[in-house]
Amino acid sequence: MDVTEYIKLVFTDYTLRTITLGTAILGAVTGMLGSFAVLRKQSLLGDAISHAALPGIAIAFLLTGAKNSNILLLGALISGLIGTFWIRGIVKKTHLKSDTALGLILSLFFGFGMLLLTFIQKQPNANQAGLDKYLFGQAATLLESDVWMMAIVTGICLSVLLLFWKEFKILLFDADYTKTLGFHTKFIDILITSFIVLAIVLGLQTVGVVLMSAMLLAPAAAARQWTNSLSMMVLLAAIFGAFSGVFGTAISASQNNLSTGPVIVIVASVFVLVSFIFSPTRGLLFKQIRFIKNRRDLQLHKTLAFMYNIVESHENISHPHAIKILNNFQGYTKSTLQKLVRKNYVTIDGNMWSFTEEGFKAATNLYNQQINNNE
Amino acid sequence: MSSAQLEIQLIACLVAIACAIPGTFLVLRKMAMISDAISHSILPGIVIGFFITQDLNSPLLILLAALTGILTVVLVEYIQKTGLVKEDTAIGLVFPALFSIGVIMIAKNANDVHLDVDAVLLGELAFAPFDRLIISGADVGPKSLWIIGTILAITVGLLFAFFKELKISTFDAGLAASLGFSPVAIHYGLMTVSSVTTVGAFDAVGAILVVALMIAPAATAYLLTNELKRMLIYAICFGVCSAISGYWVAHWLDASIAGSITTMLGILFLAVYLFAPNKGVIAVLYREKQQRTEVSLLTFLLHLKNHTDERERHVNHLNEHINWQKVRSKSVLDLALKNNMILLDNNIVSLTEKGEAFTSKAINYIITNKDAQIEDMKDDFFLFRG
Amino acid sequence: MISKENVNNETPTSTGVVAVKVDDLTVAYNYKPVLWDIDLEIPEGVLMAIVGPNGAGKSTLIKSILGILKPIAGSVSIYNKPYQKQRQLVAYVPQKGSVDWDFPTTALDVVLMGTYGSLGWIKRPGQKEKKEALEALEKVGMLPFKNRQISQLSGGQQQRIFLARALVQNASIYFMDEPFQGVDATTEIAIINILKELRKAGKTVVVVHHDLQTVPEYFDWVTFLNVKKIATGPVKDIFNDDNLTKTYGINYKVSIQE
Repeated sequence: MDVTEYIKLVFTDYTLRTITLGTAILGAVTGMLGSFAVLRKQSLLGDAISHAALPGIAIAFLLTGAKNSNILLLGALISGLIGTFWIRGIVKKTHLKSDTALGLILSLFFGFGMLLLTFIQKQPNANQAGLDKYLFGQAATLLESDVWMMAIVTGICLSVLLLFWKEFKILLFDADYTKTLGFHTKFIDILITSFIVLAIVLGLQTVGVVLMSAMLLAPAAAARQWTNSLSMMVLLAAIFGAFSGVFGTAISASQNNLSTGPVIVIVASVFVLVSFIFSPTRGLLFKQIRFIKNRRDLQLHKTLAFMYNIVESHENISHPHAIKILNNFQGYTKSTLQKLVRKNYVTIDGNMWSFTEEGFKAATNLYNQQINNNE
Repeated sequence: MSSAQLEIQLIACLVAIACAIPGTFLVLRKMAMISDAISHSILPGIVIGFFITQDLNSPLLILLAALTGILTVVLVEYIQKTGLVKEDTAIGLVFPALFSIGVIMIAKNANDVHLDVDAVLLGELAFAPFDRLIISGADVGPKSLWIIGTILAITVGLLFAFFKELKISTFDAGLAASLGFSPVAIHYGLMTVSSVTTVGAFDAVGAILVVALMIAPAATAYLLTNELKRMLIYAICFGVCSAISGYWVAHWLDASIAGSITTMLGILFLAVYLFAPNKGVIAVLYREKQQRTEVSLLTFLLHLKNHTDERERHVNHLNEHINWQKVRSKSVLDLALKNNMILLDNNIVSLTEKGEAFTSKAINYIITNKDAQIEDMKDDFFLFRG
Repeated sequence: MISKENVNNETPTSTGVVAVKVDDLTVAYNYKPVLWDIDLEIPEGVLMAIVGPNGAGKSTLIKSILGILKPIAGSVSIYNKPYQKQRQLVAYVPQKGSVDWDFPTTALDVVLMGTYGSLGWIKRPGQKEKKEALEALEKVGMLPFKNRQISQLSGGQQQRIFLARALVQNASIYFMDEPFQGVDATTEIAIINILKELRKAGKTVVVVHHDLQTVPEYFDWVTFLNVKKIATGPVKDIFNDDNLTKTYGINYKVSIQE
């Protein structure tokens, strides 16, 4: 199946359209809210919450026997919130550190969830098929009503975000200061946390409990590398998230046996990798290039400064000197000398070099600058 | 009890002990989430190992998977060093990516690999007794038992050999380095043991639940003691108790053994979290209330000592100036009276001799930063606590 | 040793009005007292330093006055009314290390945050607020850097941005937590000049300060603090060996030389 054919299929095929739309919306909303989680240094909270949601799904099923995903997700939401607040309670009331609290809640809730799931599977009357999808996510099971649900929640998230943008931003940057301005910081805090939990729960059916945290982090971590503005970061994260969803769906739809969750996560991770390496300001590649360039500039400056010291004592600045005398100086290499010639700073005649007018001026400037810096 | 049941419980106990030992150090070193990351990211290592060996219990597979665990740690640390993202984000980025690669590798080779992702996550302890180790025709027991037994033996050996180094580097990395114990070597040593244990145990209890067995017993023990040796012993006991009780709960409910063991760990933690004598929530809340009153009392006494003016020492002043509610003021006043710290005369409060002595001593301790001694002093002076 | 010549002879511009009044303030961290029964009156129009050894509770005092920390006893009033009602009269410059400087935001954005308080919930800053923010940036000499990402600023520049943010609040009382920590000499002079300007304009400025040697030069009012209030008053009257010894213990001379 080639790409154009697939795109056509996305618009004509009901199931594929639903799934693509669903994963795109999901990617956008998790990317958006994930930016806040990342900036609040709560990256791993997402992982704990998504695992903590599992028993909620199982209990909701046990109580209602319903397969309706909205009821199951409500259960997930409740148990996710309980997990979140328990984590806070542990950190606040005991001397256990936050990483221990996260790991505890994550594994204990997940284990309890698995106990319930296996218990449900052994029940004779259970129309339990489908609870497994919450482990790794199965986008294929998305219905139009699920997508509507996602769209509505995303809409609410977006409007709350726009409404309280200023408050979110200042709390994230400087919580104490926010308090002195008279804002109710606890309220803003609970608002952000609740929406993060909501976004996680929303994604469980599609991406699954195990990998949900990556959906939260990866688009945001990638977006952070390209911009220094919060609004741009949130926007980019939403776009990266949406694209991860669309591409991930496409790849997993065109292959057999592939759960959507892992593929979406891989796509999102590729976004991160590319951003880490190629981002123009923060990226590792350009950082390395800048590093090398700086080192070269430094060598060049050192050579110039050294030349200046030699020439200074002469009346005629263009008086030729032997290249040899540069040799016992560490900044000097053949290539730096060549570079100076190319810049028309020095001329070379056999094994002698001499400053041009321009070169002497540049060297004088540099020398004066250094003197100033040393003061 | 059949011999299979006995063997399952034995394996579960050994896994619990093998996890509790590195787990204690992970909790103390604030690296609990690293174990979560390792438990996920060993999956591709397991799959590749399985391609090569075709045997889930082969030592080579365990080695390969453990290497993936170390790779995770190295990768996380590399990303942290670049400073591009915050530290915890680095963990959260690495392990889902590696885990996804593993899941996809399994899915793409579903026909060749008889590996089930659910089984990797969850393990199936119930089947462990059926895969037996046969040495020259003689059945010497389940393979898992031997594997986890070996890992446990190595872990215990390392623990005894390097206990001093582990202890110093955990509580004071700087001191350890100055004494010549390389913190890096101990760090990676611990990571290696954790990885190997995770791999060895995943087949029994599943990768994610290894995390529970590592963190929960150690965290529970940490609420009961601060002493390393005791903490290790408590953690091991909690692990073993949960393993055995968990097995029987699973038996009774006919559900996942691993899930049930974790649930027992959870119940145990919840109980200790609530009821631990000093660090449990109830004890903490009680002490907070007591200390709030006692600090208030000290504040009040100090105020009396600072102000000789009668107006400042009037009972009503407590409400107005110190800004306390009526109930609190009354309980503070009562406590002071009960302890003979103050005298009430016509609603004017003044310090007794005992009150004077107590307050002077308290101020002295606070200013010289010897807060701990205030607690001892309270024992000397107080007839009734807050 | 502090010589008497250095003492700032400017008479405090105090009007006799009490700007900040702290009554019987006691604060405890984890039920360990950090501040004990503090009574303090800060007159309007002074430039006051709070000095004391590490762990004396200097930051804690400011934070509890500003309501960031909840005291276990005592009350704070600003111009004779409880702090909660007078919030708009107060501006705060936190310690530079208290925020994440890698946060994706620009210098101008941070300064704009100073206007959020008067805007209240939901309302966004508009042209008027932006103009104020630019003026504040100008005043601290950071206008050319307004679009810089904050992590690309030097320590001194970051501190000036924080100061600009407080200036935008257009408050009557300014609280600053170690504004001179980790800044270059130029910034230190720039900041102290702005503080003196504020005092001239009749504002009250309270600064947690570390460097004892500069106290007589920079400030006209001083409070010695070490869990308890040791002394408070005009620098020329109370900044002496006696109070320094009471605050820092017998070794105070060592800490001055540091």
